[in-house]
Amino acid sequence: MLIIILAGLFLAFSAPLLYKWLGKYVYVPMALYPLAAFVYFSSYLTDVLGGQTIFAIHRWAPSLNINLHFYLDGLSLFFVLLVTGFGTLIMTYAGGYLKGDPLLGRFYMYLTLFMVAMTGVVLSGNIFCLFVFWEMTSLSSYLLIGYKHDKAGSRNSALQALLVTGGGGLALMGGLLLLGAVGQTYTISDLLNRGDLVTSHELYLPLMVLILIGAFTKSAQFPFHFWLPNAMAAPTPVSAYLHSATMVKAGIYLLARFTPVLGGTDAWQYTLMAVGGITTLLGALLAMQHTDLKAILAYTTISALGILVTMTGIGSEPALQAMLVFLLAHALYKGTLFLVAGNVDHATGTRELDQLRGLGRSMVPTGVAASLAALSMAGVLPFFGFIGKELLYEAALAATTFKALLFAVSFFSGMVFVAIAIVLGFKLFWQASSRPTPMLHTMSPALYLPPVIISSVGLLFGLFPAALVTPILRRAAEAMLGVEQLFELALWHGFNLVLGISMLTLLLGYGAYRYSNRLHTYAPRLNPLYKLGPQRIYELGLEGLLNGATKLTQKLQNGYLRSYIFIIISTFMVLVVWVLAQTGPVLDLSGRWQEIRNARLYELVLIVLLVPALLFLFRTRSRLTAIAILGMVGYSIALFYILFGAPDVAATQLLIETLTVVIFVLILHKLPEFRFLSSRIQKVKYMIVAGLFGCLMTYVTLLVKQYPLVSGLKAYYGENSYLQGYGRNMVNVILVDFRSLDTLGETTVLAVAAIGIYAMLKLKLDNEH
Amino acid sequence: MEILLPILVGILFASGLYLILHRHFFKLILGIIIFGLATNLFLFVIGRLTRGNTAIIDDDVTIASEPFADPVPQALLLTAIVIGFGIQAFAIVLIKRVYQAFGTNDLDDLDKTDKIHEELLSEGNTQKYDQQD
Repeated sequence: MLIIILAGLFLAFSAPLLYKWLGKYVYVPMALYPLAAFVYFSSYLTDVLGGQTIFAIHRWAPSLNINLHFYLDGLSLFFVLLVTGFGTLIMTYAGGYLKGDPLLGRFYMYLTLFMVAMTGVVLSGNIFCLFVFWEMTSLSSYLLIGYKHDKAGSRNSALQALLVTGGGGLALMGGLLLLGAVGQTYTISDLLNRGDLVTSHELYLPLMVLILIGAFTKSAQFPFHFWLPNAMAAPTPVSAYLHSATMVKAGIYLLARFTPVLGGTDAWQYTLMAVGGITTLLGALLAMQHTDLKAILAYTTISALGILVTMTGIGSEPALQAMLVFLLAHALYKGTLFLVAGNVDHATGTRELDQLRGLGRSMVPTGVAASLAALSMAGVLPFFGFIGKELLYEAALAATTFKALLFAVSFFSGMVFVAIAIVLGFKLFWQASSRPTPMLHTMSPALYLPPVIISSVGLLFGLFPAALVTPILRRAAEAMLGVEQLFELALWHGFNLVLGISMLTLLLGYGAYRYSNRLHTYAPRLNPLYKLGPQRIYELGLEGLLNGATKLTQKLQNGYLRSYIFIIISTFMVLVVWVLAQTGPVLDLSGRWQEIRNARLYELVLIVLLVPALLFLFRTRSRLTAIAILGMVGYSIALFYILFGAPDVAATQLLIETLTVVIFVLILHKLPEFRFLSSRIQKVKYMIVAGLFGCLMTYVTLLVKQYPLVSGLKAYYGENSYLQGYGRNMVNVILVDFRSLDTLGETTVLAVAAIGIYAMLKLKLDNEH
Repeated sequence: MEILLPILVGILFASGLYLILHRHFFKLILGIIIFGLATNLFLFVIGRLTRGNTAIIDDDVTIASEPFADPVPQALLLTAIVIGFGIQAFAIVLIKRVYQAFGTNDLDDLDKTDKIHEELLSEGNTQKYDQQD
């Protein structure tokens, strides 16, 4: 399995090169890869259907519990086949849709990267592995949404999607880490058996909330739903693949995967049902109001995702079965409809419902695909969507709590789906029109074949559910419920209550379709309400963050050296004082004043000389005087070194001090005049800061000297300098022998400084000529 | 001296910082140099003072006998002084060049590179950029 993942990564990054070599045929290798992966994973079908789970563990950083751990059970296999199967068709479709685009190679790179990441998410058996792939899907989604990077709208949408899903990813990471800590393992398959341990832990609630935030942002649940419609700025293949069929289902996958660990509690159940329900209603309502094809599809996707979350929340056997069936049905018909929308856009240049009429005449295969998918979406016999809808109603009616509410939500969304299905599957294509929308482009097979294939699969699954989908869905449901599942999917359940409800849905849906035009005139009245929605909060938040950051940067990075130094020194002082106040010892000076008596006269003289010299330095207007005073200060300090047993240091200090003075004098005439630039108030402020700093340093120095120095180094060098380094001057031996590499480094620094100085002296500036 | 030298260290640090905080180039250099001196002396003082004893092994023995000065702070200091000199020399020449190039001796005039350009952030400019594409 690792090979497949790595091959995908390799292929992704070689896509731009392949495009250069193969031109428009680049889609061949790009579509072959998901096909190969599909076939490869299909080969595990018999094993997995037989009840096995397949592991593949590759050590990455075992000491941190981070491993490339792949885990293939029914649920993973179900998702991975969905991802790779869809991937094959989307890759082919993209080749036709973006034909001639100069950046097609890059597009394939992002898309393949996403596919690999998505495969990784559903295969991961290790928490960290899961998180890495999860973030990879967010990143590739960002790149794909921003594919048309010359448009500000695309860029903003991409950023929004990244911030929302990335923020969710952060929450997810926190949640997963907590989960790992609580469950005492980072391997998902081990966690699955520790549900009781996790749900009874006191950290259960925070970790559940964090993981849910991750799943909800990814799956566009209220109140994070707003990024998905904006993500429609991406090219249509991306919308069909990422934002309808696969990536947005990653959140659902996560919920499904962790149902055995986290599920079953009231908090889990009610949160999922409430959020899912609200999202379902909101998505359905908004879908009815829009006139842009892709926006309609985006909102119905949100609604469908809401249903999936609700069903996961109910958590009963029929609900989880319904969830899986509806997920598959939705992926099939919504993927098709997105591709159809892409074709319509490609052929006519518009996606506005008002301008599209009578497309069926010139786009027969696309129209057929649209109708097939729409019939499935509406839940008409004998399509797979029908089975999905029946199961949804059954699950809602069998729920133990809030039965009526859940049923109402499913019913309402079902009705809206019917109305929209009629618009997409019938009105656009087959309704008689005297003035059909003119065609700008003709359709190539790469464009109409994928939607036809996907929608036909929807019909096939509907006709033969027992043979084609039941086995894998059983195993997938088993992964969530933990016990073996034996349900059978059947198209025909006989004349019962649910069938009646289905018929009623169709009827009322048709009614809603008849009135949908009126809705479009009323809808704009609600617009002011959206200003209060999450989208607005996001915008305000982002704006505030940017403005705040700008202001903070302007405040902190204001271009004045002194304010930088001021901040650095103040921070340093606050930290030191804080540490001293927290834990630090107190300075004890009693008895140490005696030490003053030991001071020699010549030492006192030096100090007495230094202080007025420094004071004079502040006041002088002569640069020469300043340099002379500086030399004097340096020499005085060199004398201290001599007095306290450091002749080498003193010699160096004297030399350096002399050199500095010489340099100063040499270029003195090129240096600026002395002037007093700072105001009196500023000076007082500086004096206070500098004075405080000086006091603090004195205090620290005194404090350090209060304690004995414990160091084995002095004794070590004392013993070994002569015996090993053959030198009697220990300082010299350290520099040239024991620590000679450091000295080499020091020499290098000096050489670099010298080169810099030389360059600056030789540099000729333009305005000097 | 155990008490007086720490006070001297504080005075030097304060003077160095006070000069660095000024706007004039020349004072900045003076400040840097004095701050360096203060740091060196600080290292020397916290490395413990031994009056009159050096870190040199006598001719007649092979192992140094107490009392002798700790050679480690001294070696450290030597390096610090030399590196400090590199910085000083570089700063002096740099400031001379800046003075020649910009004709100013005021640090506050050198804030162009650190300012965020307002127009880059405003929405209007992004749109203009889009149109140019």
